[in-house]
Amino acid sequence: MNSLILRTATPLLSGLMLLFSIYVLLRGHNEPGGGFIGGLIGASAFAVYAIAEGLAAARRALVVPPITIAGTGLLLAALSGVISILFGDPFLTGQWWFPSFAPDMKLASTVVLFDVGVYLVVVGAIAGIAFALQGRE
Amino acid sequence: MSDMAAWLLVWPVAIPLIGSALAIALWGRPNAQSAIGLIAITLQLVASLALLGHVWTNGPIAMSMGGWPAPFGIALAADTLGAGLTVAASAVALAILVYGLADTNIEQRRAGIIPLLLALMMGVAGAFLTADIFNLYVWFEVTLISSFGLMVLGGRREQLDGAVKYAFLNLLATTLLLIAIALLYGMTGTLSMADLSGKVANLPDDAPVETIALLFLVSLGMKSALFPLHFWLPAAYHTPLPTVSAIFAALLTKVGVYSLLRVFMIVFPDGGEIAREAMVWIAVATMIVGALGALAEADIRRVISYTVMSGVGVMVGGLAIGTELALIGTTFYIIHSIIVSAALFMAAGMVARAGGGTRIGDLAGLYKGAPFIAVAFLISGLSLAGVPPLAGFWPKVYLVQAGLQAGEYAIVAGVLASGFLTLILVGRIFALVFWREATDGARVTAADTASTSSANDSTLLKSALGALAALTFVIGVYSVPVVDMSSRAAAELLAPEAYIEAVFQSPAQTAAADTDSAEAPR
Repeated sequence: MNSLILRTATPLLSGLMLLFSIYVLLRGHNEPGGGFIGGLIGASAFAVYAIAEGLAAARRALVVPPITIAGTGLLLAALSGVISILFGDPFLTGQWWFPSFAPDMKLASTVVLFDVGVYLVVVGAIAGIAFALQGRE
Repeated sequence: MSDMAAWLLVWPVAIPLIGSALAIALWGRPNAQSAIGLIAITLQLVASLALLGHVWTNGPIAMSMGGWPAPFGIALAADTLGAGLTVAASAVALAILVYGLADTNIEQRRAGIIPLLLALMMGVAGAFLTADIFNLYVWFEVTLISSFGLMVLGGRREQLDGAVKYAFLNLLATTLLLIAIALLYGMTGTLSMADLSGKVANLPDDAPVETIALLFLVSLGMKSALFPLHFWLPAAYHTPLPTVSAIFAALLTKVGVYSLLRVFMIVFPDGGEIAREAMVWIAVATMIVGALGALAEADIRRVISYTVMSGVGVMVGGLAIGTELALIGTTFYIIHSIIVSAALFMAAGMVARAGGGTRIGDLAGLYKGAPFIAVAFLISGLSLAGVPPLAGFWPKVYLVQAGLQAGEYAIVAGVLASGFLTLILVGRIFALVFWREATDGARVTAADTASTSSANDSTLLKSALGALAALTFVIGVYSVPVVDMSSRAAAELLAPEAYIEAVFQSPAQTAAADTDSAEAPR
């Protein structure tokens, strides 16, 4: 889209959106938020970028194809459930790690890994759909 | 139950999930995806065999994901029926995958057949192994979404037409299923099938149990292609790639029938009288309409589609009779039908390669050029019709005997009549397509499948079809293992105490062991 305002604002805006999406992803660990909503925000960042700068630029910004991101996310989510086999727990049981140097850190867990997987699935899938809807290059 | 046993339940679902995720991540690399597909389905088969072995020696097992105790957590559970069907499904899926690798070209594989197939297998295994009725709905959705994708691979006009009918009716069915589940949940406050089993029986007299049972019958009946909600199946099954048709015919309707068995044997062991009464006539109508519909068709794949539907009638007929003998017949028939439906669609795909089409009138004299397909088709077809000593004979013996004992003569007549009609159908296709002397009017191709594909592909196609045809023969001649398994499955369905106990017991141990880790600070 050839709009000076959009093109000026977009780099700033999409960068902020990506940052915010990760904030929402991590916030979702204990409060409203999470991988799904974070992923939607992240995918919107790329969609906005694609509208302003064109599909080719957006694909370059994403580095890998969207579907690869989605697949990797699905893999992460699946593996986060399997990790508990190492600890003798049932499938999908949350495993936590509290390192001695940061005993208050609550993010080193398979639960977060699962959420990151969901985040990547949503970013990959929605960005892929958004790119496809914007047409072929 | 040990923790390792709990993992046995997870692997048949988790392996195709991981495989599918890997294959999606490697999008656009068909060769890597094919390797992943083969490995994943083989591992799934091994895992489900291990599960069946465990269930066979130790009785039904269950595990709850994340260690949340029943009835709050979502549990997976396997009895002989669930584990046995998972084995049958993954074994046939392996044959279909081998067939598919030879039958599809690189472009079709690039479009994502492997990740979709693995997702479908995850959904099927999940449906067979879940102990939670809402989770069952979720697995239905998983199979539905992946089957949409598979159905439109190739992107021809008629494929989209079939897919739209299929998608619309199946979405309608899932919505009805969801409504039925929601009503059940509203009345009982639980979704665990084991928990429901007791609670539905104790509902007050004015509870709409009959309505819910009917809703389940309609929604699951639509998914299994029961008359009069069957019309999406013959409209859709002949359009996709042969590989896709084979896996659809082998598995999709069976998931519906399996769910009917679960719902009517575990959730509504009593009650649902109207639904049961209706089921008798629906089953008979499905058998006959399916067979008659097949008679009217002129395309091999359409004929087979209708026979798949006719087979669904036979399976549900056993459930409608509901005695132990009948359930043995139903279980055996499901396994037999998984194998034979796949084999017939594979054979049809190979006929299309060898003869250039699937219209019966256009084909002739294929026996000369392609004797292997002819023999494999004849074996599978006769097995479908129920000719001894092939596998299709035994379940019909059980069903007829059960029907006579229970006085359900309509079902007996339906099974026999549909078997007879199927025999005519198979005979007609064999006589016209393979046996008939080729005349000028009919298209002839004297070459075997090798004419349109490399010798290597042809071997793969033949070995996949041959394996399934041989399997239906071997099961027919040496039916003891399958009969034993079906007997155990039927006994467990009629007395689901062990299954229910397994669901309630499994988390108790893990919950106790997990209190430490579950208390992890938030």
